[in-house]
Amino acid sequence: MEMAAQSIEGGFADPVFNAQTVFRAVMDAMARPGSVQALPAFARPPVPLSATAGAIALSLCDNDTPLWLDLALQAAPAVKSWLGFHTGAPLANTPADAHFALIANPAEMMALDGFSQGTQDYPDRSTTLILHVTDLVSGAPLLLEGPGIETSATIAPAQMPRHFIEQWKQNNQRFPRGVDIILATADSLTCLPRTTRIKTMEA
Amino acid sequence: MYVAVKGGEAAIHNAHRLLADRRRGDRSVPALRLDQIVEQLALGVDRVMSEGSLYDRELAALAIVQARGDMIEAIFLVRAYRTTLPRFGYTKAIDTGAMLVERRVSATYKDLPGGQLLGPTFDYTHRLLDPELAAGGDIAEPLRRESEAEAMPRVSAILAREGLIEPDGDMPQDHVPGDITREPLEFPMARDIRLQALSRGDEGFLLALGYSTQRGYARNHPFVGEVRIGEVELEIDVPELPFAVPLGSVRVTECQMVNQFKGSAKAPPQFTRGYGLVFGQNERKAMAMALCDRALRASELGEDVVAAAQDEEFVISHSDNVQATGFVEHLKLPHYVDFQAELDLVRRMRAEYEARENPAKVEEKREAAE
Amino acid sequence: MTAQSTDIATYNFAYLDEQTKRMIRRAILKGIAIPGYQVPFASREMPMPYGWGTGGVQVTASIIGPDDVLKVIDQGADDTTNAVSIRAFFRKVANVAVTTETAKASIIQTRHRIPEHPLKAGQVLVYQVPIPEPLRFLEPRETETRKMHALEEYGLMHVKLYEDIARHGRIATTYAYPVKVEGRYVMDPSPTPKFDNPKMHRSPALQLFGAGREKRIYAVPPFTDVVSLDFEDHPFEVQTFDQPCALCAAENVYLDEVILDDHGSHMFVCSDTDHCEKRRADGHRGHFAPETLAPGNMEPAQ
Repeated sequence: MEMAAQSIEGGFADPVFNAQTVFRAVMDAMARPGSVQALPAFARPPVPLSATAGAIALSLCDNDTPLWLDLALQAAPAVKSWLGFHTGAPLANTPADAHFALIANPAEMMALDGFSQGTQDYPDRSTTLILHVTDLVSGAPLLLEGPGIETSATIAPAQMPRHFIEQWKQNNQRFPRGVDIILATADSLTCLPRTTRIKTMEA
Repeated sequence: MYVAVKGGEAAIHNAHRLLADRRRGDRSVPALRLDQIVEQLALGVDRVMSEGSLYDRELAALAIVQARGDMIEAIFLVRAYRTTLPRFGYTKAIDTGAMLVERRVSATYKDLPGGQLLGPTFDYTHRLLDPELAAGGDIAEPLRRESEAEAMPRVSAILAREGLIEPDGDMPQDHVPGDITREPLEFPMARDIRLQALSRGDEGFLLALGYSTQRGYARNHPFVGEVRIGEVELEIDVPELPFAVPLGSVRVTECQMVNQFKGSAKAPPQFTRGYGLVFGQNERKAMAMALCDRALRASELGEDVVAAAQDEEFVISHSDNVQATGFVEHLKLPHYVDFQAELDLVRRMRAEYEARENPAKVEEKREAAE
Repeated sequence: MTAQSTDIATYNFAYLDEQTKRMIRRAILKGIAIPGYQVPFASREMPMPYGWGTGGVQVTASIIGPDDVLKVIDQGADDTTNAVSIRAFFRKVANVAVTTETAKASIIQTRHRIPEHPLKAGQVLVYQVPIPEPLRFLEPRETETRKMHALEEYGLMHVKLYEDIARHGRIATTYAYPVKVEGRYVMDPSPTPKFDNPKMHRSPALQLFGAGREKRIYAVPPFTDVVSLDFEDHPFEVQTFDQPCALCAAENVYLDEVILDDHGSHMFVCSDTDHCEKRRADGHRGHFAPETLAPGNMEPAQ
């Protein structure tokens, strides 16, 4: 498809209600970490941006939110122009300036502490990471505890960042600073806010 | 028999119906038209536009009628409407030096390029009620100047040429002005943000604070460099076009206060600036704003913060009359749940107090009760 | 989609424009991720006054969808004028279903109370907050209180509570009683009576707090520790009532005192009107219930 058409098509068919549905799924997932929220494909972004990650970007990003793209997405001009057309979000100069980061290839991604962690005064000024994962069942199981979880929850996301458990422990230790993560599969999402603690199943 | 109060919805409906009736008043008196308000209560319209942060005379006039002349209510109506409007872009900064001036006075020079221009002012009117106005007699046409208006450089520019006044701000070239309608306030704030808040601040509040600085609560030795009122062009940059596109003009009042300053550890002796700018014609507000702006620059200029007018958090947090009226008036909402908790506490504490202070009496009471 | 249109103005679904909703939604997500931390947000003017629930209304307007069922209470009651007004607002601008039944609501906006009926997972409780900063009355400056939260420096609050004990023999705070969330942030629960504080602790519902005038949003996720501040020798305790509800005989609920005449007669009835009505419909009768007073008439209350 021609790039111009590709960048214009594939947005929300019903912007007001699609955005609300996607947001509620993210809010519920953030409030109950590890719970998996199913999501219809409201958006059809160019590859390699996934439908779910694209829909999250459409519902949360705009010209007030600098956006960081990982190498896989940076290499796709169609993705950049699609995001630019539908959200108006400027691209962040550095990961530390980003309000949101879209990561199509988490296994190769930079360290979590390279993104904005917020400050002790304003811990909300941190990057929210949106990671593409193929599924939430075939990876190494992660046992989750913390606010939003009654006792414990388990997810097993595939293709997570390297040394993720160690990195996440460090993210926990920076609290109230730190990043929050949204894991997006093709048709669902789940969240890891900075308060969630991960125990490996072996432990 | 006790029946809980119900029917809030009907009560609210009926109250609003009565409000509409009282707003209209005696039906035999002609209803006000918006153009009458725009033309004949123009300064009220200006205040509503200024503190409502929306330059639209007709909507401001509508708000004044709808609010039965309650200015803060009218300002609130305009604000609640403006906040729903989409934002298309930001105009370029207005150039008040290029203003089509209708009034301009300077207190610092007897005469100056462009001259003193009194314009439509209450100054030097004798405040005698005018029965002829009540009778609605004919009003003579004003005199108009015959020659082309002379250029009117701003007084601050004249002083700056001699290097006697501080530079006009020290914002970096690439500074993007903030927007208090789009970003939460954060203290301490940059001067651009502070000026925005002051410009929509309550006239009465700023007037009282400005007055307090004159009476010695953070005195800042002000001279009115100039007050000017008139029309300024609005222009917007459009990426597709090589020049700025004119959108029209707005009437504003600008006050440049020149303040004597002996110097401090942070700044050399020089004249300093206080700035006021509001929509429409309102020099009381523009002057009060300029006094407050200068007072709020205390820390920047190395002065001690000793008075209310210099306290940024205090001034800016309380200058918005829509916020202030909402919170003061919310006290009339039901609070009986919390009051019940307090009642219980006071009763218990009084019982303990009584038992401590007057054990015999408490004993008597108890026996009597039994 | 427009909910309402006239010649001069059209309004979006749920009143707020989409960009404003996104901004508030981002703040809500940050609030959930940092429980008890007050997220600054660019609060908008709303068509009701500041101090009358604009924060709660903005939060509700940003989360609500066409499938939601909304309940609005003020002082625990669905029929107080401001609750009626806010409910009517959402019916008008979002055309959303409304209810007075706690169990049937997906979103409950409240001022000053938490419903007596236990909340369940999936429900969202939206609080209207006048002054979100629990330290504000000890330190009026935002710059200072922000520092205290950053450094987790809450000594001033303990000193205040301790002074209460020294002076009055007890902690003399009966509402807006400060809590600590997940062992980190001291938070204002909004001016609910402290009677309701224990309901916040590990609630299955998501709790969102909106302060419009003060431009802050904060949150307590489900199953999160919310602990009322106290001292070992003066543990936190809630208010107890000497008598049950005069209408439905409920005990261990919060009661309103109703003045019956000008000779000091009064009775106590449930502050939560929905709870009281439900109980009466189930046949519970207090000593002042109409059915009790007129034994011939045992018809259930309408």
